[in-house]
Amino acid sequence: MNLSLVALIPFVGAILVASISRLGRLHAAWGAGTVTLLALAFLYPMIADVFSGQIIIQRFSWIPMLGLDIVFRLDGLGLLFSLMILGIGLLIILYARYYLSERDDMGRFFAYLLMFMGSMLGIVLSENIIQLLIFWELTSLSSFLLISYWQHRQESRSGARMALAVTGGGGLALLGGFLLLGEICGSYDLSVILASGDSIRAHALYLPTLILVLLGAFTKSAQFPFHFWLPNAMAAPTPVSAYLHSATMVKAGVFLLARLFPALSGTPEWFWLVCTTGLTTLLVAAYIAMFKHDLKGLLAYSTISHLGLITLLFGMGTPLAAVAGVFHIINHAIFKASLFMAAGIIDHEAGTRDMRRLRGLWRFMPHTALLAMVAAASMAGVPLFNGFLSKEMFFAETLHHANQPWGWLMPTAATLAGIFAVAYSLRFIHTVFFSGEPVDLPKTPHEPPRWMKVPVEILVGLCLLVGILPALTVEPILAVASAGVLQGPVPDHDLAIWHGFNPALWMSIIALSGGILIYLVRRPLSALHDRFVDRVEFKSLYNYLLNQLFKISSYITYLLNSNSLQQMLFVFMIFILMLGLAGFNENASALTGDRALLPMDGVSILVTLILVIAAIGAVILHRQRLVSLILMGAVGLGVSLVFIKFSAPDLALTQLSVEVVTIVLMLLALYFLPQFSPLESGNYIRSRDVMVATAAGLGVSLLVWAILTRPYHSIADYFLSNSVPGGGGTNVVNVILVDFRGYDTLGEITVLALAGLGIYAMLHQLKLSGSEQDSEGQTWDRDLHPVIMASFVRLLLPLALLVSVYILLRGHNLPGGGFIAGLITAVALIMQYLANGVTWAHTRLSVDMHNVIGAGIFIAALTGLASWFFDHPFLTSTFSYLHWPIIGEFELASAMIFDLGVYLVVVGTTLLILIHLGLVHKESHLTNVRKRIR
Amino acid sequence: MEALVTILIGTLTACGVYLALRGRTFPVVLGLTFLSYAVNLFLLVMGRLTVGKPPIIVDGITEYADPLPQALVLTAIVISFAMTAFVIVLSLKAHLEMGNDHVDGKHKP
Repeated sequence: MNLSLVALIPFVGAILVASISRLGRLHAAWGAGTVTLLALAFLYPMIADVFSGQIIIQRFSWIPMLGLDIVFRLDGLGLLFSLMILGIGLLIILYARYYLSERDDMGRFFAYLLMFMGSMLGIVLSENIIQLLIFWELTSLSSFLLISYWQHRQESRSGARMALAVTGGGGLALLGGFLLLGEICGSYDLSVILASGDSIRAHALYLPTLILVLLGAFTKSAQFPFHFWLPNAMAAPTPVSAYLHSATMVKAGVFLLARLFPALSGTPEWFWLVCTTGLTTLLVAAYIAMFKHDLKGLLAYSTISHLGLITLLFGMGTPLAAVAGVFHIINHAIFKASLFMAAGIIDHEAGTRDMRRLRGLWRFMPHTALLAMVAAASMAGVPLFNGFLSKEMFFAETLHHANQPWGWLMPTAATLAGIFAVAYSLRFIHTVFFSGEPVDLPKTPHEPPRWMKVPVEILVGLCLLVGILPALTVEPILAVASAGVLQGPVPDHDLAIWHGFNPALWMSIIALSGGILIYLVRRPLSALHDRFVDRVEFKSLYNYLLNQLFKISSYITYLLNSNSLQQMLFVFMIFILMLGLAGFNENASALTGDRALLPMDGVSILVTLILVIAAIGAVILHRQRLVSLILMGAVGLGVSLVFIKFSAPDLALTQLSVEVVTIVLMLLALYFLPQFSPLESGNYIRSRDVMVATAAGLGVSLLVWAILTRPYHSIADYFLSNSVPGGGGTNVVNVILVDFRGYDTLGEITVLALAGLGIYAMLHQLKLSGSEQDSEGQTWDRDLHPVIMASFVRLLLPLALLVSVYILLRGHNLPGGGFIAGLITAVALIMQYLANGVTWAHTRLSVDMHNVIGAGIFIAALTGLASWFFDHPFLTSTFSYLHWPIIGEFELASAMIFDLGVYLVVVGTTLLILIHLGLVHKESHLTNVRKRIR
Repeated sequence: MEALVTILIGTLTACGVYLALRGRTFPVVLGLTFLSYAVNLFLLVMGRLTVGKPPIIVDGITEYADPLPQALVLTAIVISFAMTAFVIVLSLKAHLEMGNDHVDGKHKP
């Protein structure tokens, strides 16, 4: 038994389906069906256990220090939802296979659908509520993809964005609610939370928790006033609507109400918040549904209304009401899925969903009409159909509060909503299938393909079976699911069609006759509605708020971003200086600490002097770009001397080789840029900048002085003492890079690779022309590749490569390693490019640098992963010593393979950048030569 | 010795800041490079100044320079190279598309 697989199989399936769809259109549909069946097969062996009252829990350790585990849970409620998600999902897949046209990409559709299915299963099978929330957000994301499936349509995109904004916002509130819940209970496990209902309700933070959780549930379940996203989500393909708005997406909200029912319900706050929302939604949406002309629009508002009904039932807080709520969840899923599918068939075969044009379709598609009629009768709550049973339970429940003040309100509103429901169901059937002739339909309607109707037939059959024989069909699963909701004994409930002449029956009778009456006078009513009520649109409020949000953010952007880098950098510097000043003022201790200072020596003074002069010279001469670049190179080399002086040989080697590469790169770039900077800023700006720069330099100097003269405690001892026994290397810096902090290094080479690829993207097919003359006004030397240099460089190559291999191999124990060896190799190869030309070198080194970078990251990551196979954490290294003849003792460490990955990434990135800049050069040279010939 | 390092890092920072505030891309890139020199040195000397004690374990020697800042700086050098390369190519691209090399993509009147 493996519960986690039920939720995870669809995700794997999504990737699979997306890839096999290339082999053929229908493969995706078959694949999706198989994946769903597989998930059902994994669920199947656990069903019996759940029916015997067990709760199956499967736990994987995730972040034990934070109390976060990946835990799956299967109880009655989870089982009911899993069966609905997978069962209706299977029917939807069959239906969609016929619904989607030749133009639609089936692979993408079914991949999204499976992702969504997996996310829904994740919600209903989660034991840890943080994990539940992750899946909750995944449903928002995957439903976004599904709703916007027809990306070329504007309404699809805006509908999807609205759904994402509303449900995503709700998800944020829910996160807050769950965190509070976890704080109150001291655990994120549902078992603990559900068992500590009393302490939750007594807690001071109960109300905020409740409101946040309810915000999540209400946005997802499209409760008033967050209902507006659902009708706009109707831009989705109909199979998506049928799935999202019957058994899944919107049911996630009421699932949450059911799931947390034992923990949160039973207080006046719960009663008022949930009941008011549910009642308002029930009534308002049922009313609007009557006047929608779009078939799917009608169903959308009817869905909202039925969700309101379910919410209201949970809001009442009594166990029996909760049972009725679960029952209506089942019934609504069945009849609403079939109605959406029927609406899709009509749309598919008649070419429109406008009820003002769809008339008298009975003659064209009697079979479909019959199916739709059964489902609609169930939606209206006609006896012998499943909707009737739960609706009557609902009517009976509303009467429980009748003797309280305002108690009459609930049964009255419920009856009124019942009347509306009958009216809109009648409209769906009578208008579309009877009542006159079709009004200029785009195509002549006919029955759909045989198999497209099968899913509808199955669901309609269920409507009848549940409606006529409830005790035999639905009672077992209802009982076990209700037990899952209540986490205790299920109250007596009698699923019979006939309970005698009780008030609930009278309410049903009033609803049926009232609904027929309203339908008869629909024309004047509709005119009245169009004139007065239709103006109120929550969508426009949403759009207004959204526009305001955009306005505010662009105003803030305008305030902070003045469109001038110089200006912004200046402000930034001033701000940093002020921060530094504030920091200095804070601290009253003396600037100079009591650490013993090192003595100065003549060479150091000389080097410092040279560096300072070179740096200041580069600044003074910065308008002569070549000169300042050379001075900068001198400073870079000087910095590597400083590294050597202060016991950092690795850094000196790195700095030295990086400096070479940087200067080559800058020279190549400078060729295309103006050779001089114009004198641009006036005296005022320049003296202002000098002051800022001096202040910054002074501040940093003071900081450095204060730090250097103070003693400190280092964590270095750990690395120094563990380097040889733990990492197997004597070069501690290298061991830190490839072992202790190997994960950082992995991240850093990834950044390096990304920078390289970004540069490649910018240089790719870039056409630049450099100047024909150098800065002195002389034309460039025509001899691009001097023979002596070319030959010498070729001779040097093997030697340089040998050195770099040596540096790579010894890096673990002596200064060297992947970074340095990579740079040396890169320099050696770049020399070939410089001396022999891009074409010459390119034909001889035909390796694609992208692959080198990829291989490097792959090797580094794989070395890390390999340690998992030996049950060690990521990137644990191992080493041993080999004795080779002649060479002698030789160390082999897994970290060296990691270093090889680093090496490859550095070589690949450096060469990728320089070669492509070189290619741009070649192009520009050729154009110049052509110009000269002309 | 500490005074020399202090002066050096301060000068490099000041030069970097001044160049970064210029109006053309090339000096700005040079300025960023100067700043990265300054920052790399700054990070290194957080482990205080030690002369002649590279962190390479040899039997019998117990005092070494702090290896941790060195490891941090090593990758910082390589990353700042990548950054410099990125910025300089970006300025090439900007030069091509804007027709000038002003940092704001326009000539000041």
